[in-house]
Amino acid sequence: MSAVTCPECEAQIELAAGTDVGEIIVCSDCGVDLEVTALEPATVQLAPMEQEDWGE
Amino acid sequence: MTSASIIGGSGYGGGELLRLLLDHPNVEVKQVTSRSRMGEYVYQTHPNLRKRTQLKFSDPSQLEPVDILFLAQPHGQAQHNIEEYAKLGTKIIDLAADFRLRDEAFYEKWYGEKHAAPAWLSKFVYGLPELHRAEMATASHISGVGCNATASNLALLPLVKADLIDLNSSIIIELKVGSSEGGAEGNSASHHPERASVIRTFSSFGHRHTAEVIQEMGVTNVSLTMTAVDLVRGVLATAHAKVKQGVTTKDLWKAYRVAANENPFIRIVKEQRGIYRVPEPKILAGSNYADLGFELDESNGHIVSMCAIDNLMKGASGSAVQCMNLMMGWDETLGLEFPGLHPI
Repeated sequence: MSAVTCPECEAQIELAAGTDVGEIIVCSDCGVDLEVTALEPATVQLAPMEQEDWGE
Repeated sequence: MTSASIIGGSGYGGGELLRLLLDHPNVEVKQVTSRSRMGEYVYQTHPNLRKRTQLKFSDPSQLEPVDILFLAQPHGQAQHNIEEYAKLGTKIIDLAADFRLRDEAFYEKWYGEKHAAPAWLSKFVYGLPELHRAEMATASHISGVGCNATASNLALLPLVKADLIDLNSSIIIELKVGSSEGGAEGNSASHHPERASVIRTFSSFGHRHTAEVIQEMGVTNVSLTMTAVDLVRGVLATAHAKVKQGVTTKDLWKAYRVAANENPFIRIVKEQRGIYRVPEPKILAGSNYADLGFELDESNGHIVSMCAIDNLMKGASGSAVQCMNLMMGWDETLGLEFPGLHPI
């Protein structure tokens, strides 16, 4: 199991077994989308998120 | 079982406390007093407790000794009777404001009158577990907390503890508050046609709860502004301050994460998805959680720190039960597990 650090909030995130490069995961603390960019060692980068209407 | 009684149980704080104690696995409620409702079933005042208890309101003069005595009277009464209460309760938790401030002169400054039992001020531990957990383990007397003070103190807690804000700059805390803060006794301003749908700033500065923020956070340049909004339960504190030079959003994440990890009822709500992305009192009704969030303008160091609570729970009776748990050496969360409702 590999761990990565969220570049937005620095939460430690465990990658699930079978995670692939290019997969989008979600930070459980701040909710950003993260793209897995490598596996050994594991790295992620912020992925573009679609802007939502948030009741404004 | 640990025996407990409530003095002054006809108000909202007393009713909420009774609700929590009736479901607490280690506590048996012996008596609930009320002069005005003496002899009536408590569920006739607190209708959510129908079929949960057959207790009737007792005469305060008939109170029997118990392990823990809760005081839920209006402010100003407990300090006149504390010697008598100390004979009835081995341990005392006071929900009112009588014993929140440590210093006699400071009390007089903020409450505009001399304290009737100043020797007792130093005997009480301030009743916010997030600040005084260790002292509570050996305490016999614990004070209440102001609901607005609690929301303010918890909004500032991660920032002050990690020494991230400039204390020479003003700290402005805007509070939006629900109508139950006003208590169970109404007045012309709380009459439904007048109170419904309001956004009414009823205290621009100088609110008494400010004293608790000054005392507990060690800040002096702080101002609280209270605005009544169309809620029954809930407080949202929005604190504005300046961070110290070089503080980044990631530093703030670390500080807030420490607060959430050290305190079972503090949660961080700073989300990029979903509907509830920031702290919101609406979904905390009946729960003891305090939801914290923040945003930093890194261009000028302006931080906005938010804290949402249920004023009757984390801001009063929930914290009182949490204090009892700590004072008795029980699990801090016992009887306080309800997570709130959604939707509501």
